[in-house]
Amino acid sequence: MSKSSKKMTLSRKHNLTGWVFLAPGALLILFMSFVPMVKALLLSFKTGVGAATTWCGISNYVRMFEDAVFIQSIKNTFFYLIIQVPIMLIFALILASILNNRNLRFKGIFRTMIFLPCATSLVAYAVIFRSLFANNGIINLVLVNLGILDQPYSFLTHATSARIVIIIALLWRWTGYNMVFYLSGLQNIEYSVYEAAKIDGANAVQTFFKITVPLLKPTILLTAIMSTNGTLQLFDESVNLTDGGPANASITMSHYIYNLSFKYVPNFGYAAAMSFLILILVAVLAFLQMKVGDKRD
Amino acid sequence: MYLFLCIVSFISVFPLYWMVCAATNKSADVVSGRLIPGTYFLENVKNLMANQNIGRALGNSFKYAIILTVISLLVSSLAGYGFEIYHDKAKDTVMNIILLAMMVPFVATLIPLFQMISTAGWLNTTIGFILPTISTPFLIMMFRQSARSFPHDIMEAARIDGLSEIRIFFQMFMPTMRSTYAAAMTITFMNAWNSYLWPKVIMTNSDSQTMPMVVANLTQGYVTDYGMLMLAVLICTLPTAIVFFCLQNAFAEGITGAVK
Repeated sequence: MSKSSKKMTLSRKHNLTGWVFLAPGALLILFMSFVPMVKALLLSFKTGVGAATTWCGISNYVRMFEDAVFIQSIKNTFFYLIIQVPIMLIFALILASILNNRNLRFKGIFRTMIFLPCATSLVAYAVIFRSLFANNGIINLVLVNLGILDQPYSFLTHATSARIVIIIALLWRWTGYNMVFYLSGLQNIEYSVYEAAKIDGANAVQTFFKITVPLLKPTILLTAIMSTNGTLQLFDESVNLTDGGPANASITMSHYIYNLSFKYVPNFGYAAAMSFLILILVAVLAFLQMKVGDKRD
Repeated sequence: MYLFLCIVSFISVFPLYWMVCAATNKSADVVSGRLIPGTYFLENVKNLMANQNIGRALGNSFKYAIILTVISLLVSSLAGYGFEIYHDKAKDTVMNIILLAMMVPFVATLIPLFQMISTAGWLNTTIGFILPTISTPFLIMMFRQSARSFPHDIMEAARIDGLSEIRIFFQMFMPTMRSTYAAAMTITFMNAWNSYLWPKVIMTNSDSQTMPMVVANLTQGYVTDYGMLMLAVLICTLPTAIVFFCLQNAFAEGITGAVK
């Protein structure tokens, strides 16, 4: 009797210790993530400059969809999302399955080189690509010297090419990153599965679609969600590569929110309404993330 | 296949090689397409130092990133450990709520966070920089996963020996999970070093600027001195590149870490 009650108090003590251990981390997330989120929601129903705000109902949300720049920023963001994410993921998948081949030589070197862009900061690579694609940049120089172009093409001042440069830059920076996820996923697949497929006469394409893709499905799902999440929040590239230009033709939603809050006369309520829309867009995918994230239950 | 890999590798490396070349050449040579490292490096250094306070920005970036990494690893690993080792229904529920925070885009909390930090008088301070990202769901999840492999018998033995719970964490968990800490460290340091939006918002004073902010400032002029600009980009990239080369596997483990 006394023994079991002692056990009870011990486990209660451990239970309490657990709460003490996780409290700082959990509280910080509460106050740095959930509280600001609720505040942003409240703010989105207010209008006014700086601290002098008044309630305004849903007028911020109405105004948002009449704002040509905001509509443009949504279009741009989804343009990046729909074009860049699938290309990047397919490419990363192909590279990972090539590098997973046991007989491949110099595997480590290839892996390091393809992974290397991840070592650059977002601002740094945006500036590098801005310079590469500048009027007097090396891309124009090569294209003119090869006779493909008569004169330098101003990539960053034409709407479509500016968007495409952003996509190219994103592909460069993030393909290796996603490849690493697939490589680590592939390591969990028994290599003998591949050898068996080979003996059965499956070619590389069949192996890719019949073995690699189905077995990596959870990882593919996860990278898709992460890339979507990241693309919806794209900021550094829009600011430093094209500066949102020409004339907001390549601006992203986060960039526009930043401009509204910190560059122009600050209208926090209106910007908060926009940021809440991004939250809703991302939240639609949250359910999927939960499914792959934790599988104990 | 090798050809394909070579082309992809070339594309991956070329922009970085070009950056190194540009950083050591005169701007005019860069524009004319010189693709071998030059001898103009020291001139570029001189120009850059005259143009921007690089030393200060580097110092700030290191200060913010190192302090954030140390505190973040401590807080997140304690939390992950607490969630796993002492787990029960209530804690699992809290963990699931925390995982939801992973889906909250930073920009959706940006304005209230800015207001909080600025009301507290923490603009231009280290605490303002680190506070929002000390505790991240990703790191907590990662340490929670690794705590799962921490043997319970060892804990029991340590308890019988009279070790307190907190000492079990510091003296037994931390040393055994060295590789998880290495992975978490690389990922946290890189994220802190590379962050741009948050410092751009709260570091209103030029004394508090970070390295990425200085690089971004350099592109604002009408005429671009590519030698100087790429030198700044190089300096901004070097610390993360060194981390990358020294701890490549830990870094790869870091980004995929919580997924297993």
